[in-house]
Amino acid sequence: MFSALLVMAAIAIALGAVLGFAAIKFHVEGNPLVEKIDAVLPQTQCGQCGYPGCKPYATAIAEGAADINLCPPGGEEGIHKLADLLGVDFKPFGGDTAPKPKAVAFIDENNCIGCTLCIQACPVDAIAGAAKQMHTIIAAECTGCELCVAPCPVDCIDMVEIEENISNWKWKYPVYPLRPAA
Amino acid sequence: MRSLFKFHGGIHPASNKAQSNQKPITQAALPSRLVIPLHQHVGNSAKPIVEAGQHVLKGQIIGAPEGHVSSAVHAPTSGLITAIDMQKVAHPSAIPDLCITLIPDGNDEWIAREPCDDWQAVAHTDLRHRLRDAGVVGLGGAAFPSDMKLYSHKHQIKTLVLNGAECEPYITCDDLLMRERAAEILQGAEIMRALLYAEEVLIGIEDNKPEAIAAMRSAILDGKHQNMEVVSVPTIYPGGGAKQLIRVLTGIEVAAGVRSTNLGVQCFNVGTAYSTWRAIRHGEALISRIVTVTGNVGQPQNFEALLGTPVNELVAQAGPLPDTHGYIMGGPMMGIRLPSAEVGVIKATNCLIAMSDKLFPPALPALPCIRCTRCVDVCPAELQPQELFWFAQSKNLLKAQEYHLFDCIECGACSYVCPSNIPLVEYYRFAKSEIWAQETSKKAADAARERHEYRELRIEREKQEKADKLAAKEKAALEAKALKSAAPLPPAGEGANVSLCDAPVDADPENTMQLKIQAAIDHAKQQAAVSKPENTEHLTPQQQAEIAMIEARRARIRELALSSADEHTDGHGNT
Repeated sequence: MFSALLVMAAIAIALGAVLGFAAIKFHVEGNPLVEKIDAVLPQTQCGQCGYPGCKPYATAIAEGAADINLCPPGGEEGIHKLADLLGVDFKPFGGDTAPKPKAVAFIDENNCIGCTLCIQACPVDAIAGAAKQMHTIIAAECTGCELCVAPCPVDCIDMVEIEENISNWKWKYPVYPLRPAA
Repeated sequence: MRSLFKFHGGIHPASNKAQSNQKPITQAALPSRLVIPLHQHVGNSAKPIVEAGQHVLKGQIIGAPEGHVSSAVHAPTSGLITAIDMQKVAHPSAIPDLCITLIPDGNDEWIAREPCDDWQAVAHTDLRHRLRDAGVVGLGGAAFPSDMKLYSHKHQIKTLVLNGAECEPYITCDDLLMRERAAEILQGAEIMRALLYAEEVLIGIEDNKPEAIAAMRSAILDGKHQNMEVVSVPTIYPGGGAKQLIRVLTGIEVAAGVRSTNLGVQCFNVGTAYSTWRAIRHGEALISRIVTVTGNVGQPQNFEALLGTPVNELVAQAGPLPDTHGYIMGGPMMGIRLPSAEVGVIKATNCLIAMSDKLFPPALPALPCIRCTRCVDVCPAELQPQELFWFAQSKNLLKAQEYHLFDCIECGACSYVCPSNIPLVEYYRFAKSEIWAQETSKKAADAARERHEYRELRIEREKQEKADKLAAKEKAALEAKALKSAAPLPPAGEGANVSLCDAPVDADPENTMQLKIQAAIDHAKQQAAVSKPENTEHLTPQQQAEIAMIEARRARIRELALSSADEHTDGHGNT
């Protein structure tokens, strides 16, 4: 009876040691769910969700503090993906939050005074320029977040919609009536 | 007799080739204008290097290749460039793309060409550059730059497959080319074989083209080509697909995302081999191609047409019938509806079919899928088209990819046999382009995330650097103060003699700095003592009076400054 207790206690201590070791050895830094949510978000860093960037929004969703329908650049597709990931129901955009067509910022170089305010606002360093030098958008890197539009003191930044061209054109969803129109 | 392999499925649509393969290749008349798109190939669009109003010669480069995967575009005849603008092109989207408009001057004057009598003496890299500059791309329909495909290590590729199968109904351009220009095709194949270090050349031709097979066989004998064989393959659609032909000839199956070169095979269209020969041997850029004009026309036949020839002007030479209501570029199975009859012929235009309601009755309305799996029986890629349809229709793209959507070659055999008339291929195309778009935006998002994180890191680092600098400065100031109170500075007279060399080497750096500053101040004082005000002689009384006034003002300011400083120190002392 006593030996049985000893054996059970020894096993418990040994397993406890293994678990304790594993907890230290395989410790996961940060919340992996945040990373997964962040991977689904469009990384425009626009702050339209009310959080200062995609990662903070992902953290808020993971903590249950934010809804999944606050990201207009992600579109309804993004909400679907978040719903799938988190195992919750799809929730349409509410109120005046709605996805806009994709756009890039454009600086009217005739009016730019070289104040660098937009450069400081750009979350992805997509504006080239220096103090009292003309600024210009690196269109390939621009996420269309619109954060540079408001700080410009001379209103020389416009958002230009990306037009459909041969390279970004997509085959449309086939729409065929299932039955002949009577 | 070579033993052949089979691929799964396939169909036997009415071939409709007899209409257009009776007449020899006709040289198309010089059109009134040429509309030459700059994006006729896979990869980056060519960059225009001419201007409107410029006169160009036949074969002159008007669009330079841009980037790694790209190809040059040439003036198909001599004439005047009248516009470089957005025009409708042969693309299913009907979106305009950048085109160069050329009005021929009728002289058809060539630019200086660089023929090459002995291509074997030319380095392989140079041969590839020549092909790139000559704008040679795959003429089977994919228009992939050929120079990119003609690169290989030694002993990597065993077999070069020349594709003369031409399995799609109506099209006969390769058939006629092989009948009439077999010797030159084979010469081109020799260049390709050398570039690829391939051992054997297999030329696959469907057995419904006996004249072409005979012509190619006799050309091999006449040219004494070694290790080259014409293989008559069974006529079955889509036996002319590169993957299917490779399978039939060699038994090798090429999966999606795998390059056939890694399996020891490379495949080219016979037209590409012909253009390769013209480009290397004669220095002629790819400026024309054989186009089958058939369907609802009076005299269906093959034309050698300049690239950029407007479709309506080309079809006019074959006598279009009045009830024509549109044109297909390519075959009826895989071709595309042209958005306009004004678009120019491009490098991928192998066939133009005039449509009429009689030849191409409007599609019957689609009915629900009854899961009869007839599509499974005919799919050459051994897919489950009915499942793919289901997933594409419900936009379940992940699942579609799991069912190997990207193995689909869009041959249309499934749609052809579907008893419910479902346009299956259109669903697959939709799903594919949707997946591509998602991948592109995913890549963009990842790049944005990386840039954003780097920016955060940079801002943090700059903040830290600034704080460190400030801390260091404050520390230095404190130390200097402590030093000053501990050891008073030497008198100014001695300090004037202190130079860098005299400074004690083992001195504390703060002390050295103080000495240096003192030395600099003394030096400035000495300079001030030595230098005298200039232009002080021969002054007019008026100037002297002015100087006196200024001096008086300065003295007053000095007095004021001194008294206010005293007040200040007094006030300070009182508190």
